[in-house]
Amino acid sequence: MKDSSGETRIIATRAYVAVWLVLLVLLAATLAVARLQLLARYSVLGSLLIATVKAGLVLAFFMHLKYEGRFLKGLLLLTLSALGLFIGLTFADVWYR
Amino acid sequence: MVQMSESPGEASFYARTGRYRWAIAEWMMSTDHKRIGVMYLGAILSFFSVGVVLGFLIRLSLLDPGWLMGAQTYNEFFTVHGVIQIFLFIIPGIPVAFGNIFLPILIGAQDVAFPRINRLSWWLYVTGALIVLLSLFIKGSPPDTGWTFYAPYSIRTPANISTAVLGVFVLGFSSILTGLNFVTTIHRMRAPGMRWFRMPAFPWTLYATGWVQMLATPVLAITLLFIVLGRFFGVGFFDPSKGGDPILYEHLFWMYSHPAVYIMVLPAMGIISEIVPVFSRRALFGYVAVCMSALGIAIVGYAVWGHHMFTSGMSDTARVIFSFITFLVAVPSGVKIFNWVATLYKGSISLDAPLLFACSFIFTFSIGGLTGLIIGSLAPNLHLHGTYFIVGHFHYVMFGGAGISILAGLHYWFPKITGRMYSERYARIGWLNFFVGFHILYFSMFVLGFQGMPRRYFDYPPQYHTGHAVSTMGSWFLALGLVIIFGNLLYGIFRGQRAPANPWGGKTLEWTIPSPPPPENFREIPVITRGAYHYEDEEVREAP
Amino acid sequence: MSTQTGHIDAAGKKMGMWFFLFTEILFFGGMFLLYSIFRYKYAQDFHNAAAEENIVLGTVNTAILLTSSLCIALSISAIRRGERFFSSWLQLVTIVMGVAFLVIKYFEWMAKIDIGIYPDSPVLLKMGGGQTLFFGLYYVMTGLHGLHVLVGCVVIAFMMHFTMKQTINRGNVARLENTGLYWHFVDIVWIYLYPLFYLIT
Repeated sequence: MKDSSGETRIIATRAYVAVWLVLLVLLAATLAVARLQLLARYSVLGSLLIATVKAGLVLAFFMHLKYEGRFLKGLLLLTLSALGLFIGLTFADVWYR
Repeated sequence: MVQMSESPGEASFYARTGRYRWAIAEWMMSTDHKRIGVMYLGAILSFFSVGVVLGFLIRLSLLDPGWLMGAQTYNEFFTVHGVIQIFLFIIPGIPVAFGNIFLPILIGAQDVAFPRINRLSWWLYVTGALIVLLSLFIKGSPPDTGWTFYAPYSIRTPANISTAVLGVFVLGFSSILTGLNFVTTIHRMRAPGMRWFRMPAFPWTLYATGWVQMLATPVLAITLLFIVLGRFFGVGFFDPSKGGDPILYEHLFWMYSHPAVYIMVLPAMGIISEIVPVFSRRALFGYVAVCMSALGIAIVGYAVWGHHMFTSGMSDTARVIFSFITFLVAVPSGVKIFNWVATLYKGSISLDAPLLFACSFIFTFSIGGLTGLIIGSLAPNLHLHGTYFIVGHFHYVMFGGAGISILAGLHYWFPKITGRMYSERYARIGWLNFFVGFHILYFSMFVLGFQGMPRRYFDYPPQYHTGHAVSTMGSWFLALGLVIIFGNLLYGIFRGQRAPANPWGGKTLEWTIPSPPPPENFREIPVITRGAYHYEDEEVREAP
Repeated sequence: MSTQTGHIDAAGKKMGMWFFLFTEILFFGGMFLLYSIFRYKYAQDFHNAAAEENIVLGTVNTAILLTSSLCIALSISAIRRGERFFSSWLQLVTIVMGVAFLVIKYFEWMAKIDIGIYPDSPVLLKMGGGQTLFFGLYYVMTGLHGLHVLVGCVVIAFMMHFTMKQTINRGNVARLENTGLYWHFVDIVWIYLYPLFYLIT
């Protein structure tokens, strides 16, 4: 049974290494943003956003999510939404106390 | 005994395979979903019985507080009653028993997607259950926090909390793996032609339940871990003196435990959706809506947990949001109730035991659901939270819902699982006792709660005595009913008449294979060309 | 396992692994939830407490895990090309990096314990509620994460064995791929832990 990506795809070593290099650059960026307070008040938010980009790259390329079907991507979104819902509704309590 | 199936010479899945010397090893090492399901069924019914005895004794104590047990013991009793009934019986409940036995068959598969993980789930269940029971007997005292293990008491009480909580953790992992297995099975193993909207309703509910098991149970896992870390290492996330917040415990706990009630009730509704068409000889009314409502209940059910905490100190904003969404979740449930009744309407009704129990479900679950709306409203909740009204409500939906559905499923699938029939007469006598006892026992709790009787209280002022006495007497009828029901079924296993493959004239795939099924479900994988409830071409029911 | 036709359902196994990772997202998610609530309540304390963290070690550890992810991804490509020795070697490197991560973590923890910062310690309790919570979360979250790294190393060791034995081969990579998925997930959790504990100063 072929998986949704068509299991014969082999990603070139070049591509993996390129992603890795970008990840290291982003690591440096997130460090810079935080330490140099590049975004002032939004430094933490900036660091987290960069972290999300890094996570996205790992998901898309190392974990092949880019080549998987819409369905799996949808389920990941569902999972993250569940977590978001949990955190969000808890904040509805804590924020407004 | 139960070894022969319809075609002579074809052994059932009970027959010894000869791979192991001891039968018990053969069964414990089996990866056959039917064997695993049967073992689970025996286990959950055994634990249910223990839980019933505990409940029976709790009611007995409440006749005259102090005559049977002291206050501390009483706390331990209701804690263990809850832990056993919830974590060892009703949450695993229908998925692990009927789900395991019938899911692959209903979708035309030979087994689940991951049979060895299924076996692991079973082993984890046994292990977790034993660890929980261990907490009753090892040094220290049985847990006394209530099944909800609220912090800070659960962090400070000297009782055997860590053991009990570890057991529940292991059980949770078993549940997660079962959900994962079933969801993958439904995605990957449907027979050719078995499109999503040709699948019967029961697999749909198992699918929705699987997602709840996968996404909600891990939150319980981490919460239980926090309890253990609090007890052993003083990690004080829920301890105000260390900056923590006990309400956060409640948030995390109910984040799982509310979706958990949908783990309990969705498969139960699936069983009712299977029984009602068969015994009214009509297709399930609004089949697509019934399937979609299962998903709807699962999804909306993730966002209502705060209704367990309306009096704990949450913000008004949160309370309003949770109350509103709680009302929303009643809508898909209502869709199902409506569609079952519409299926029955003008159907050719045979009020055999399965339908008797199914109709009882509809009646009882409706009462439970409606009282849920009452306590889902903020203003009444302030008075009713922590009273017997709540106890009545959840027994109506959990016991009167999932519990009755298990009884319905037991009677419906009894011939398929055992190859025999029970006595219809004793099934009805048992049902009557059970039904009458149930409502006396639990309806009186609504009255008691409305009058202000708090829950989990060992004793009470004299004005509540009549209500308690009535309730306890109801428990005697209920217990008698259960004894008759299970006695009838047990007798049927050993002495019942042989059952044919399709005694009810059902249209789903399990009725096309022998009773009991052979080890390999289908000689040839069926090719599906139509939906599950094709009653247009009515056949005469096979005579038993 | 096999499907009804007798073939191994690699796509099904992969789906199962993804589902397992979804459950792990919620498992760690509970901890991230507590972090976010407590950070909101004690923003200044968290800011101060994070200054105690060793940002050099944290950054090095992040780089180590990112590189280990590269290695295991490459090891899958390698076995797909039939290069089982190269693949096993890459898996070994992944394990070594995982162990290096844990060793650095050990030193970080020891440094804190030496100055009296550990759950329920008198020093910690005197630092006030917010900082107590920060370090409680630090130990719990990095501890559970570290446990996952350790489990991952053990699993990859088994995969090395299977690769050398050729149970994993160019036509049968599901196990290694799924192990890779798990390892990448552990990497992603750290990608978030890093800014939350080291960079919020």
